[in-house]
Amino acid sequence: MKGNEAIAEAAILAGCSFYAGYPITPQNQIPEYMSWRMPEAGGSFIQAESELAAINMVLGASVAGARAMTSSSSPGISLKQEGISYMAGMELPAFIVNMQRGGPGLGNIQGSQADYFQSVKGGGHGDYRLLTFSPSTVQEAADLTAEAFYLADKYRNPALLLSDGILGQMIEPVEFSENKFPKLPPKDYILDGCKGRNPRSLFSLMMGPGVLEKHNFKLAAKYAKIEAEVRKFEEYKLEDAEVVVIANGIIGRISKGAANLLRKDGIKCGVFRPITLWPFPYAEIKAAAANAKNVLVVEQNMGQMVEDVRLALLDDSKVSFLGRPGGGCPFPEEIAGKVREIIK
Amino acid sequence: MKQIYCRPESLKDNANSYCPGCGHGIVHRLIAEIIDELGVREKTIGIAPVGCAVFAYDYWNFDVTEAPHGRPPAVACAVKRVLPDRVVFTYQGDGDLASIGTNEIIHSANRSDNITVIFINNANYGMTGGQMAPTTLPGMRTTTTQNGRDVKVSGYPVRVCELLATLEGTRYLERVMVTDPANINKAKRAIKKAFQAQLDGKGFSLVEVLSPCPVNWGKVPLESLKFVKEEMAKYFKLGVIKDETV
Repeated sequence: MKGNEAIAEAAILAGCSFYAGYPITPQNQIPEYMSWRMPEAGGSFIQAESELAAINMVLGASVAGARAMTSSSSPGISLKQEGISYMAGMELPAFIVNMQRGGPGLGNIQGSQADYFQSVKGGGHGDYRLLTFSPSTVQEAADLTAEAFYLADKYRNPALLLSDGILGQMIEPVEFSENKFPKLPPKDYILDGCKGRNPRSLFSLMMGPGVLEKHNFKLAAKYAKIEAEVRKFEEYKLEDAEVVVIANGIIGRISKGAANLLRKDGIKCGVFRPITLWPFPYAEIKAAAANAKNVLVVEQNMGQMVEDVRLALLDDSKVSFLGRPGGGCPFPEEIAGKVREIIK
Repeated sequence: MKQIYCRPESLKDNANSYCPGCGHGIVHRLIAEIIDELGVREKTIGIAPVGCAVFAYDYWNFDVTEAPHGRPPAVACAVKRVLPDRVVFTYQGDGDLASIGTNEIIHSANRSDNITVIFINNANYGMTGGQMAPTTLPGMRTTTTQNGRDVKVSGYPVRVCELLATLEGTRYLERVMVTDPANINKAKRAIKKAFQAQLDGKGFSLVEVLSPCPVNWGKVPLESLKFVKEEMAKYFKLGVIKDETV
């Protein structure tokens, strides 16, 4: 199955009953798949008039209690930041897919990781955090989709699948697993008419003295809980590694190929692949790099996640960076070559 | 003794934040009366705008959500698709609906979303202190048109009902004003009809309410009512613009 289609099907199987989106390459297979599959599954599909409308439809569906999602690619995700910020403030769950393409501006339609900052450092306005998942295979994209819906509901927070044009277009076998997540309590905040209860309201405007500050403290406590409870990463051949390559998503997968090439030549290289980008596995990266002489961060941008790696290590001396922006993508040989260069 | 007048159940006993002489309080009450009369309070979800009515959830005694500026129709569309048997309405001002939310209202109308839209036209951005709105009349002074709206610079007031009437999806569009008891009764009939259209599954309906904003207009309430009747109603013609509910 294509990555985009696998994500759509995984969403349906995770109980998603509302999709709204707007066409943009390279994620169009998601709305195309949803346009027939969602009604078949008894849910609602809407091709919205804009990304702004689409994210606000997702907000509305979440207000009404549905598991709701939208998908887009970088320029469209910029437009969705409004609704993401509002949902974070209103504590509404939602699932958002960003099949990143090159930027800034209209950029191009090749795969990219240039929206890392936008995803994990804010993106929209205000003091909030967005659960962010970075898959490296079609199977993992499907699995993380199911998990993202669960965690979004569990913590009442939007969740983002931050993938890219490469994985969206890649065809790989995928198995859809049974829903293995614990049952969540009924949503006691949704608006479905006040029959048998007091009226409810959902809002993010908090004007009274200290009210918003209190709300921000409450959100911060929630984010701290998520940071303590949710951190996913893959460690690959790190046991004896003298060089640790740190990369996420498809680049993490390519880096494993580079590590294998290097090991054939006796260079002890391992890979640390963050799967959650927020929460970022700071402590685990610190531990993974503790005995390494060198750390190489590889990204499809000119250096975004590398800033978090530096924060994790608090030691710049062993960190090197390889960046391929604007849709460029390194082969394993290029990453291996960079490792050879830095260990000289 | 027979009680003939009281607070509708759909209206909370809260002091509102509106200025003296503002039309919002009247329209809030009309909506509350209608929700009560239709017996749908427990299945109604209101969508509040950004603007003076942003605190509507403090005033109405049913479920209300806030929406980003201009997006209530997109939010309402989704709420209605998820919960088709509920009564869903948006309450929007002229900046919200006719400026930043033009795209959302046009496409909601075009899809004929089965929702009710109450559109308050007071010819300025009230909440932010009286700036020019898309509905500000030519020559009208606001804080951003201090010598009066110059159509050569700022274009012309948008007639929302007439604009939406060209779309196949609109089922009921009427313009009213809340200036005096007779017109307030007319406004109530129009708003009730718009809610009834939704209950009957007719599709998109909108009632535009010409409403006074004395503080930002720099007029006392009585002069403001006169301005609505004599100036606004001249540009924005009252009455049924489109009715395909029968």
